[in-house]
Amino acid sequence: MASQEILREEPSRGSFINDPRIRSLFFQTLVVILLFSSIWWIVHNVIENLQRLHIASGFGFLRSRAGFDISDTPIAYTSDSTYFRALVVGLLNTIIVAAAGIVLATIVGFAIGIGRLSQNWLIRKICTVYVEIFRNIPPLLVIFFWYSGVLAVLPPPRESIHLPFGSFLNQRGFYFPRAVWGDGSWLIGVALLLAIAMAWFVAHRARQRQKATGQQFPVFWTSVTLIVGLPVLAYLLSGMPLTFDFPKQSTFNLTGGFWVKPEFLSLLLALSFYTAAFIAEIVRAGIRGVNKGQSEAAAALGLRSGPTLRLVVIPQAMRIVIPPLTSQYLNLTKNSSLAIAIGYPDLTATAGTVLNQTGQAVEGVFIMMIAYLVLSLVTSFVMNIVNARMALVER
Amino acid sequence: MQEHDMSWVRTEMALAQPAPPTERGAYAWVRKNLIGSVGDTVLTILGIAIVLWILPQVISWAFLNAQWTGPDRTVCTTVTQGGIQPDGWTGACWAFVNAKFGQFMFGTYPIEERWRPILVAILFVALLVPMLIPRVPRKGLNAVLLFVALPIVAFFLLLGGVFGLPVVETSRWGGLLVTLSLSFVGIAVSLPLGIVLALGRRSKMPIIKWLCIVFIETVRGIPLITVLFFASVMLPLFLPAGVTFDKYLRALIGVSLFAAAYMAEVIRGGLQAIPKGQYEGADSLGLGYWQKMSLIVLPQALKLVIPGIVNTFIGMFKDTSLVLIISMFDLLGVVKQNFADANWATPQTARSGLIFAAFVFWLFCFGMSRYSMYTERRLDTGYKR
Repeated sequence: MASQEILREEPSRGSFINDPRIRSLFFQTLVVILLFSSIWWIVHNVIENLQRLHIASGFGFLRSRAGFDISDTPIAYTSDSTYFRALVVGLLNTIIVAAAGIVLATIVGFAIGIGRLSQNWLIRKICTVYVEIFRNIPPLLVIFFWYSGVLAVLPPPRESIHLPFGSFLNQRGFYFPRAVWGDGSWLIGVALLLAIAMAWFVAHRARQRQKATGQQFPVFWTSVTLIVGLPVLAYLLSGMPLTFDFPKQSTFNLTGGFWVKPEFLSLLLALSFYTAAFIAEIVRAGIRGVNKGQSEAAAALGLRSGPTLRLVVIPQAMRIVIPPLTSQYLNLTKNSSLAIAIGYPDLTATAGTVLNQTGQAVEGVFIMMIAYLVLSLVTSFVMNIVNARMALVER
Repeated sequence: MQEHDMSWVRTEMALAQPAPPTERGAYAWVRKNLIGSVGDTVLTILGIAIVLWILPQVISWAFLNAQWTGPDRTVCTTVTQGGIQPDGWTGACWAFVNAKFGQFMFGTYPIEERWRPILVAILFVALLVPMLIPRVPRKGLNAVLLFVALPIVAFFLLLGGVFGLPVVETSRWGGLLVTLSLSFVGIAVSLPLGIVLALGRRSKMPIIKWLCIVFIETVRGIPLITVLFFASVMLPLFLPAGVTFDKYLRALIGVSLFAAAYMAEVIRGGLQAIPKGQYEGADSLGLGYWQKMSLIVLPQALKLVIPGIVNTFIGMFKDTSLVLIISMFDLLGVVKQNFADANWATPQTARSGLIFAAFVFWLFCFGMSRYSMYTERRLDTGYKR
């Protein structure tokens, strides 16, 4: 506003007030002075407040005993461990739930997004209803719905619901058989790695041969046979070392097997179903963003609908899809902090406990911010690499 | 006579033939949309199976078996659980929602004072509806009343302390009142703040540009809960001893700052989409920076990004539910708080309450998204191909 008034009052342009460089210097100096004085004021207040409340400062507290228990611990942790270790456990839990959520959300989201473009009216409508419901309710509500509305009212352990493959579902969570690797099972892993390497090699050679001679090779089925067949062969050769530890029903609880707690389950399901609605919209926009002429040209070249989709439409759609998909992945990672509402010990929850116990709010919030920023940066970095590989190569 | 003329000109139009039976009517529609191919037919059967599996369960739970009124938990529990329903009964406990409706709307706002939020709601609707209908004139006056006068009136009316109204502290506000007031103020604050941040990020002054970038990217990189934590535990430390301010206000600051960063990125997208010629045209007319932005660039840029702006609004509306983590009770918070009521402890309580809350959130968000689609179509002046 100031600039207009000055212009009207002083029509002569020779004055130094109208020099854009001087004006920009003036405003920036003003901003810097304001910024530093408010920072100084805040720091001054914080120091005074901390002294008044007798709260220590600095990160020394990270080495002292935590003294609280954590229900899900991917690494060894007891209440005698340090605060630092508690925070690491929280960070690992965040990473686990975010990674699992990203995988599940991508699968569901792509299925729903493609379903919304289906020729089939019924499938289209079902997918639209799904998207419109989940896009318009808060993720926290979805989490509560799974946690208090669905999982909490399941039958108690004695009346567990039996699911296929010896798994059980009850109000304490989901139990499924755990794989027990016996002696010689390393051979299976080696076979799997070998199969992947061979599949890659076959794909590479097939591409070269197609470029040179135009002949095609059934790469997909060869790879599937290799990747499934070799480990199975290794399993049989090494004397079947893999067994399963099935969960068994006892009087009050289930023993054995692998136990997924309801907190994790509801968080995972809620985050992935919620984010899937957004991914579905992104996928739909991406596929519709590919010019119709592209698929018509592919049809004119004689490609059937499968290869058209795989070779022409999807590679171009992915260019539109990946940037917004990245931000949905970031959103999912950030939304995993809602874990605190149902007591899943993620980073925010453990940092919140640490913050309450030590009173060191400044350091606690700082650690949270840095951890999430680093997670976000890593995710965007990975997705930027994917994006760069997908980007249009202009000749 | 012309009888033997060799040339022949048709004098009446040939009648239009009906389309072949396979291409018209219900049969053609079914053939095209449901049983186009073998795969399609399988999908249709699968879809029918899903619908037949879910829909009857939902209808019987939500309507046929639902309990609409009742004094306490007995109407929603089976005989073995200590109620009146036959064993094996499952149905929605709308009686719970019915009994707690006042709380869900106003929290613990005193019952004899609830006419105040109701009056604010009536004023809000009375000002919002003409704002949303394009044909109603005097949009400028309407906007001033809605975004300046209404918040001031609402502040005094809801908080009280003037004109003999008893004071109702914000800790007693709750339910939909908190959800709506937080998001309304958040929307009113985050849009202008977002515009300023977006302009700052595109500024030629390096310090201002970098400050805006650091702010936007930091806020966008962290979850809202962290921002709320920041607002609730760090803001009090930032102020001189003895100065405290309301938890509600702190949440408001957190939510607004968070939304402003997202809004800034949406608006920046719009600013980038405006051709350079528009900026240069404004410069050549001798307009100053603010004139150029407010008269030439922003009207075009904002129009382009209406869908993005409304999406941010919807996101913020949904995000207000997170204030329950810093123990404030918005709609979702109040619903969740009432699960603990022993009078209504039934297996159906949580489900019914949450579905009611979901329905309310859904109505608002769906309404916003539909209105934005309508505006987009109305303002589409044909630049798109």
